[in-house]
Amino acid sequence: MTGQAKISLRNLTKSFGKKEVLRGIDLDLNDGESLVVIGGSGTGKSVMLKCILGLLSPDSGQISVDGEDIRSVSAGNRERILRKFGMLFQGSALFDSLKVWENVAFGLVQGRGVRRSEARITAEQKLAQVGLGPDVANLRPAELSGGMQKRVALARAIATDPEIIFFDEPTTGLDPIMADVINDLIVNTVKSMGATTLSITHDIASARKIADRIAMIHDGRIIWSGPVSEIDDSGNAMVDQFINGRAEGPIKMQVLRQ
Amino acid sequence: MLAINFLGGIGHVFLAFLQGAGRFAIFAATALSHTVRPPFFPRLMLRQMVSVGYFSLPVVGLTTLFTGMALALQIFEGSSRFNAEGSVAWIVAVGMTRELAPVLAGLMVAGRVGAAMAAEIGTMRVTEQIDALTTLSTNPFKYLVVPRLIAGTLMLPLLVLVGDVISIFGAYMVSINFLGFNPATYINNTWDILETIDIVTGLVKAGIFGFIVALTGCFYGFRSRGGAQGVGAATTGAVVTGSILILSSNLLITQLFFST
Ligand SMILES: Nc1ncnc2c1ncn2[C@@H]1O[C@H](COP(=O)(O)OP(=O)(O)OP(=O)(O)O)[C@@H](O)[C@H]1O
Ligand SMILES: [Mg+2]
Repeated sequence: MTGQAKISLRNLTKSFGKKEVLRGIDLDLNDGESLVVIGGSGTGKSVMLKCILGLLSPDSGQISVDGEDIRSVSAGNRERILRKFGMLFQGSALFDSLKVWENVAFGLVQGRGVRRSEARITAEQKLAQVGLGPDVANLRPAELSGGMQKRVALARAIATDPEIIFFDEPTTGLDPIMADVINDLIVNTVKSMGATTLSITHDIASARKIADRIAMIHDGRIIWSGPVSEIDDSGNAMVDQFINGRAEGPIKMQVLRQ
Repeated sequence: MLAINFLGGIGHVFLAFLQGAGRFAIFAATALSHTVRPPFFPRLMLRQMVSVGYFSLPVVGLTTLFTGMALALQIFEGSSRFNAEGSVAWIVAVGMTRELAPVLAGLMVAGRVGAAMAAEIGTMRVTEQIDALTTLSTNPFKYLVVPRLIAGTLMLPLLVLVGDVISIFGAYMVSINFLGFNPATYINNTWDILETIDIVTGLVKAGIFGFIVALTGCFYGFRSRGGAQGVGAATTGAVVTGSILILSSNLLITQLFFST
């Protein structure tokens, strides 16, 4: 590997009260790479993304972006670093008081000072990329289906052409065809924009398609990471269980059996 | 044993109160520091001004109208016991402008606007819209809190000014039509007694109450957690705390102004 990592996490920990969610995450994300993080529900994947974005403050550990430790830089510098990011939230998190196109254009208008008329054109292009026509642009998010909201959120995440994009479950709730369109979109975004992406998914087919590298999180730690080509013979029983979707195995689900 | 548990319980409540008060103070300081630093959002501020000011007119107008009318009847009845019926006009004028119009308008706006702010911002919090603002390089304090604070602080005095006029008008109508007052005398009595300071202190109070309403609404909204229930609790908290802060600060301000 040449050069330094785009993002590197060292021994990142985060607890909520007595509940330890992250217990020492070590992870590197290289420039231009597409990393997919897989792992069971509730293992702290979304929490990890929010720690990197400064939405949650970790208890300890290091987060560096382009070699700068974002936990120790000044507030102004942190703002500048965070401008490099785009984020697709798991629950879409669209602004329900704004129209669809205003949502997509938000980062351009408020964050970068682009004129509204110009931003609208860009917003409509991004909406077209995620398969939404101009007729949707004037609707409110509440008038859309869940899958459409997700695509609007995706358009919003990529609207400012950020260097680093986080996708938290981009294909959950989409039909298989649209899911594949979104997979292609993510792959192309990375290629054409040269963006570095970190995606979270439960969808192994999607992971295989978009990932250069896959990392698996379990029990608050990264237990395996490697190129996507090695996922089938990782030699790790937990990874095997997860990608094959088996109830029996080293990972025990907390459910009551009748 | 029981006594210790009981004392411990009181201690817990007291500590929680202090913690809450501390958080509230930090929130207020952060919000204030953002009011003076760009970027500003004039469009949002205007929208909040319309929603706080214009749309509260009916409720504030009706409240002060009825209160002014009732006050005239009560004072007439009370003052007739020692043949001082002539004092209706000035007691209504002074009582409304200094005290009742700002307090009643503040409480009504706390119920209408403070609750709405807490519910709206609380929903944005639990659906991660506030997090989304941050990731889109927009400071939530500047985008959400500052416009509301400014709208509250500027619009409540205007509402109170309208309320002053309406309440005095209401009392006038009652006095003329039911209590047999002479219109010219009533108006003269009001004008002769009413001083600028009465109105100004009322408006200063209103500005402070408006600030309190918006601040508590935003504070509880920001702190809401966990879905619909959390948003409901935030709304209640905003109205209760806002009302108590209005009533207690009213006493404090009144003392500051008129203690000499
Ligand atoms: N703000 C919070 N306060 C308290 N606990 C939280 C908070 N956010 C997350 N948690 C807890 O942290 C754990 C991890 O949550 P997280 O959302 O990161 O899971 P996840 O890996 O993204 O799961 P999923 O795949 O279902 O999205 C959960 O048990 C959750 O209860
Ligand atoms: Mg998640």
